[in-house]
Amino acid sequence: MRKHQNLSMTNPIISLKNIDVTFQQKKRTIEAVKNVSIDVNRGDVFGIVGYSGAGKSTLVRVINLLQVPTNGQVIVNGETFFDGQGAGKSGVQIKPNELRDRRRKIGMIFQHFNLLNERTVAENVAFALQHSPLKADEKQAKVAELLELVELTDRADQFPAQLSGGQKQRVAIARALANDPEILISDEATSALDPKTTNQILALLKKLNQQYNLTILLITHEMDAVKEVANKVAVMQDGQVLEEGSTLDIFTKPQAALTKEFIETATNQDKALATIAESDAITTLNDNEVFARLTYSGNSTNEPLITTLYQKYEVVANILYGNVEILQGTEVGSLLVILSGSADGLAAGLQSLKDQGVSVDILKGKQA
Amino acid sequence: MSNWFSQTFPNVVYQGWSGDTGWLTAINQTIFMTFWSAIFGGLLGLIFGFGLVVTSPRGITPNKVLFWIFDKIVSIFRAIPFIILLAFIAPVTKTIVGTQIGSTAALVPLSLGVFPFYARQVQVALTEVDSGIVEAAQAVGASFTEIVFGVYLREGRSELIRVSTVTLISLIGLTAMAGAIGAGGLGNMAIAYGYNRFANDTTLVATFLVLVLVLIVQVVGDYLAKRYNHK
Ligand SMILES: Nc1ncnc2c1ncn2[C@@H]1O[C@H](COP(=O)(O)OP(=O)(O)OP(=O)(O)O)[C@@H](O)[C@H]1O
Ligand SMILES: [Mg+2]
Repeated sequence: MRKHQNLSMTNPIISLKNIDVTFQQKKRTIEAVKNVSIDVNRGDVFGIVGYSGAGKSTLVRVINLLQVPTNGQVIVNGETFFDGQGAGKSGVQIKPNELRDRRRKIGMIFQHFNLLNERTVAENVAFALQHSPLKADEKQAKVAELLELVELTDRADQFPAQLSGGQKQRVAIARALANDPEILISDEATSALDPKTTNQILALLKKLNQQYNLTILLITHEMDAVKEVANKVAVMQDGQVLEEGSTLDIFTKPQAALTKEFIETATNQDKALATIAESDAITTLNDNEVFARLTYSGNSTNEPLITTLYQKYEVVANILYGNVEILQGTEVGSLLVILSGSADGLAAGLQSLKDQGVSVDILKGKQA
Repeated sequence: MSNWFSQTFPNVVYQGWSGDTGWLTAINQTIFMTFWSAIFGGLLGLIFGFGLVVTSPRGITPNKVLFWIFDKIVSIFRAIPFIILLAFIAPVTKTIVGTQIGSTAALVPLSLGVFPFYARQVQVALTEVDSGIVEAAQAVGASFTEIVFGVYLREGRSELIRVSTVTLISLIGLTAMAGAIGAGGLGNMAIAYGYNRFANDTTLVATFLVLVLVLIVQVVGDYLAKRYNHK
C-alpha cells in the first residue's frame, strides 16, 4: 500500500537506479558510469553537466537502451526497460520490437546533428515516421507541421549539406519530435553552434518544454546553457554524479569544487576572479580582512546586506565585482567583496549573512 | 585508309571481325565474363561486406561467431592468387557448369576471385557511414532492415558505386587471365594471338580495346558516384 502511494506521489518519467556501465577493452576496463541514480520528473528540463569523458552520453544512452548498462535499473514511464546485476543483455526486460516502439517516444538530438545526408530535410523527418500509424497524407501533413514548428518550411527539399549548423539542428529536432515523444534527450546539441544560434536552439527547447510539457534532458559542458533553461541540474565527473539539485540551489549553494568551477565560468566570475586575485588589495590582504564571495537569491536580493553589515557589525564591505542573473524567474546575485572589521564583528557579520540565506565563500583570509 | 590500316595492322585484320577468333567475339566474351561475374561475385561480396559490418563489435547486431566466419572466408579467398584459384577450383567448376573451359566456366573462378576483394571494399565503404547517423536511426526506432537498406545502403551509395567501379576495373583485368583456361576474350587475344605469335599489332589493338572498356566503366562510375553524393 505504502509502496503504491510512493509511486503515485513522485511518479518520475525517467528513473535510473544504481546504473553502472563498464566497457571491457582488451587490456583495461573502463567504468564510464558508476552507480548513478537519477529521477527526472515529467516537465523537467534536467541539465547534466560535466567535462568531456565524464560519462554523460553513456548515461543518457542508457535511457533508451542504445547503451545496455552493466548493472542497475532503467524505468521509463513506469515501465522497466532494464533490471539486472552484472546481467548485461539478459537484464533487458523488454522485447526488441517493443523497445523500438518505446524509442519512438524518446526523441534524441546530437552534437553533430546526425542527419541522413542522402535525404532531403522533409525525408529526414519522414524517416522517423516509418512506423507511425498515420496514413500517407497524414504523414505528409505531420512533416509539414513539424517543419513549420522549427521554421524550415522553405527548406523542405534541400539536403542537409545545404544548411547551416543551426538549421541542421532544427531539422534534427523536427525529426526527434516526429512521433510526439514525451521525452527529448539533447546530447550536446548546441556544442557545435555559435552563441547566437545556441540561444535560438535553447529558446526553441524552452518553448517545447512549456507548450507541450516535453520533458527534456539537456546534456552539456556549458553551465550557461543550463542556466538558460534547466530547472534541475546534475554535475558529473568520472562517471559519477557529484551533485544534484534545483538550478537555483546549485547556482546559489554549490558544494562540489567542480560545480563551483562551472558556475564561475557561466557567470564570467572566473575572469573577474583571475584579475581581482592578482590585484594589490588581495595580495596584501590585512589580518582584519577577508576576501569572500557572497551569493544570494530571491528575497535576500533586496535586503540591504551591505548596510546591515556596517550598521550592526561595523564591517566594511568593499565590492570588487557584482553580478545579477535571473534564474528560473528568480534573481541570483553574486558579489566579490573584501570585508574588514574586528575579528568578532567579522564572525558575527558573516554568521548573520548565512542566517539570511546568503552563501558565503571565503576565498582568502582567516576563516571566521 | 583501309589500305593503310591493313598494311600497318596486318595481324589485326587477319583475326577478322566475327568468327571464333574474331574481334567482336573477343569483345563479347570479355563483356560477358565481366558482366556475369560482376553480378555473382558482386552479390556475394555485398552479402559478405554487409555481414562484416553489421556483425562487427561496433555493428548493429554484434556477433563474434558470424563475424569470425565472414572474416576468415574473405581472408582465405583473398590470399589465393587468381591464377592458382583458376586451377584449384576447376573440379568445382565442372560440377557447377559441366565444363572446365570456356567463358561460362570462367565465371566460377572469376566470381570467387572478385568477391573477397569486393567484400573488403564494401566493408570499408560502409564503415565510413557515420556511426552517429546509424545511432540516430536506432533512436527513432528503425528496424534492422531499415537500417541496412535505409541508412547503410542509402548513405553509402556513392561510396559503394565508387568501390564497385574499382572492382569492375580489376575484374576486367582478371578476365584477361581467364584466357589461360580457354575463356577467350581480349586478354586471350593479346596473349595467344598477339604476344605468342609475335603479332605486336594484335597485342596493341587488344590492349587499346581493354583500355576503352576500362575508361567507359570509370567515366560512368565517376558520374554516378558524384550524382549520388550530397555530402
Ligand atoms: N563504446 C565504448 N567503448 C569503450 N569506451 C567507451 C565507449 N563509449 C564511451 N567510452 C568511454 O567512456 C567514458 C565516458 O564517455 P562519454 O562519451 O559518456 O563521455 P561524455 O561525458 O559524453 O563526454 P563528451 O563531453 O566528450 O561527449 C570515456 O572515457 C569514453 O572513452
Ligand atoms: Mg558525449
